[in-house]
Amino acid sequence: MRITRTVAGRSRRAAVLVTTGLTASALLLTGCSDSDSSDDTGSDANGQITLTVADFGQFGYKEAGLFAKYHELHPNITVKENATADEKVYYPKFLQQLNTGSGLADVQGIEVGRVKELVDTKADAFADLSKVIDTDQWVSWKALQATTNEGKVIGAGTDIGPMSLCYRRDLFEQAGLPTDRAEVAQKVAGGWEDYLKLGEEYNKKAPKGTFFMDSASAMYNGVVSSNEEQYYSKDGKAIYKESAGVKKGWDLATEAVDKKLTQGLAQFTPPWQAALRKGSIATMACPAWMAAQISTYSGDAFKGKWDIARTPGTTAANWGGSFLSVPAKGKHVKEAGELVKWLTAPEQQAAVFKAAGLFPSNKGAYDLADVKSAKLEYFNNAPIGEIYADEATSIPAAVLGPKDGIIKDSISTQINNMEQRGTDPGKAWDAATKAIDKVIG
Amino acid sequence: MATTTPTRGAHGSRPSRRAPKPMTSGRQAWRSRLWRFDDKVSPYAYIAPFFLVFGAFGLYPLLYTGWIALHRVEMTGLDQMEWVGWENFSTILQDSEFWTAVTNTFFIGVISTVPQLMIALGLAHLLNYKLRASTFWRTVILTPYATSVASAALVFALVFRADGGLLNWVLGFFGAGETNWVNGHWTSNIAIAVIVIWRWTGYNTLIYLAAMQAVPSDLYEAASLDGASRWQQFRNVTIPALRPTILFTIVISTIGSMQLFGEPLLLEGGANGAQGGTENQYETLSIYLYNYGWNLGHLGPAAAVAWAMLVLLLLIAAINWLIGRFMRKNAA
Repeated sequence: MRITRTVAGRSRRAAVLVTTGLTASALLLTGCSDSDSSDDTGSDANGQITLTVADFGQFGYKEAGLFAKYHELHPNITVKENATADEKVYYPKFLQQLNTGSGLADVQGIEVGRVKELVDTKADAFADLSKVIDTDQWVSWKALQATTNEGKVIGAGTDIGPMSLCYRRDLFEQAGLPTDRAEVAQKVAGGWEDYLKLGEEYNKKAPKGTFFMDSASAMYNGVVSSNEEQYYSKDGKAIYKESAGVKKGWDLATEAVDKKLTQGLAQFTPPWQAALRKGSIATMACPAWMAAQISTYSGDAFKGKWDIARTPGTTAANWGGSFLSVPAKGKHVKEAGELVKWLTAPEQQAAVFKAAGLFPSNKGAYDLADVKSAKLEYFNNAPIGEIYADEATSIPAAVLGPKDGIIKDSISTQINNMEQRGTDPGKAWDAATKAIDKVIG
Repeated sequence: MATTTPTRGAHGSRPSRRAPKPMTSGRQAWRSRLWRFDDKVSPYAYIAPFFLVFGAFGLYPLLYTGWIALHRVEMTGLDQMEWVGWENFSTILQDSEFWTAVTNTFFIGVISTVPQLMIALGLAHLLNYKLRASTFWRTVILTPYATSVASAALVFALVFRADGGLLNWVLGFFGAGETNWVNGHWTSNIAIAVIVIWRWTGYNTLIYLAAMQAVPSDLYEAASLDGASRWQQFRNVTIPALRPTILFTIVISTIGSMQLFGEPLLLEGGANGAQGGTENQYETLSIYLYNYGWNLGHLGPAAAVAWAMLVLLLLIAAINWLIGRFMRKNAA
């Protein structure tokens, strides 16, 4: 400063010049971006249309090459997918976009835990798909979940999540457990209690650095999802505190934590993905769509080492599953509706099942050879068509509630706290109920 | 403006001096009224842009947030507002999570602001010496400030990662590399404070440096003639001269730490980050607000949190003002 004072006049002039220059260029820049955004309709002069699909986790379309195929069938349409790994991150953003009406994709995925809330409160924001698609194609409970009282359908069913058990053959062998999927299924035929017993056996000779399950919250969800009544009663009351399924799931989760059967990783987070990549997890409660998660994150190194056995117990269960919706304010509602219709048609659902293991919700797909004889190469050629087909038809029609998703997440978080921090089960349950009552209230 | 006003005033008063003249032309009266109007009104027009923008983007949201805070509004039905009075405020005040967030905010605020300002003061003192390439050093010091919160937080997330993080790797050489930084209450708060310190130290350094250069050099000369050491000069000349600047930086960093959001949100990231950790161990007030409004979808309590934060800030400002007054009195 002391030196520059003598040339202060000059430097001030320079400063004025610089400021003017910056302002001018800023104005130019904003000018440019204005003209850009006014043309942002996703289509150009040649009638080329870009449809965007926003979803979460794995929908399996990329694996099955369906977007590329759609482009072949409709050369003027290009489909772009924007996937978020964790649905808990995806949904709040989606809700906000629905409110502001901006930033929405042409097609948006909806998870089953959220669909009731959207049906109840946001039906106006979606195009009615019952006008485009015949909803009788789906298993009856799936279609009903996305239908309003007035009969408007806001989402087309993609997959459902019949339950199974994914396990690592190589780790089972090292631990002295049977590796054959029929024998494994036999071991857990008595239900999730048997699953825990199997875990204790595993722990006796567990290979170093491995854990029987990823998180007790996964098993908890497996247990709860076999119940018709979960968090809400039929008349729409939140009954999670009295729900038998929740209680059983919680108790078993507590037991699993107590017996040190879990690695204690919050599912779908980066540490969980890293554990799959490193191969430290021996088993996982496995709704059909989980297979896609496992194969994606475990990668080529564990190809053929994973396998799939029937779900513990004899009760059919459904965990998760999703819908595709078309926001009503989109620029290409008609084209998006056509895309959804095509993506959820039997042939395409079968293709997704074959490629990534997401089980069809479209009844029409069940008779297709692709589904019946489907085998997942990644999972040691597990005959998933056979494993899921019987189960899918006997799944109870679960009662949904508006806050299912966030209740499930709150309980899962507290189960993770018990496993990671050794939180006392009583305290964890209190924290869960407090968090849930805050959500419902 | 200041220089033109008197001339115009003189112009405006001219007709009154000519008052005895029998014929006052209507045209002249009109012009004088126009002058006076211009004199009184146009200054408001010049400052209007700021106040209009402030009204639209500052005051209106502030008041509307207060309005929402008195209603039950859900993320799923923004058009349905139900009057509930002060219920939202009593809800959050009775929520232990709110107090966890208040404690965390203050705790992180203190452990980030204090070291940050002390380091900044030291660095400014060093930069005040004659250095080769001094502009270079000053620029380098400011670069962390120029990075975005998001990128800084993401890089530090890698540093503090439990599994294969840089810090744990280094600590591993000393046999202590097992810390799950984001999981613990202390450790996660320290991690966040480190990000804040890293980003803001340079900014404060430059402010201090500017203030130091305004200290008259004869004061230092006189002090060194009296045999004061460098350290004594720093303590007895620099620090007292910097007092107003220090107060300013304290106010700015306090406001900044009350609004702490990006760093805790992104340190762990994902759904856990959005609720300040699985046990809210690093949940700040902003995160609490965000979680209430965006994850849980209850906008009423979220708005109430925003107003509670404003009240807290005003309280802190009042305390700051009192301390400042006390210090001035003592100095006098």
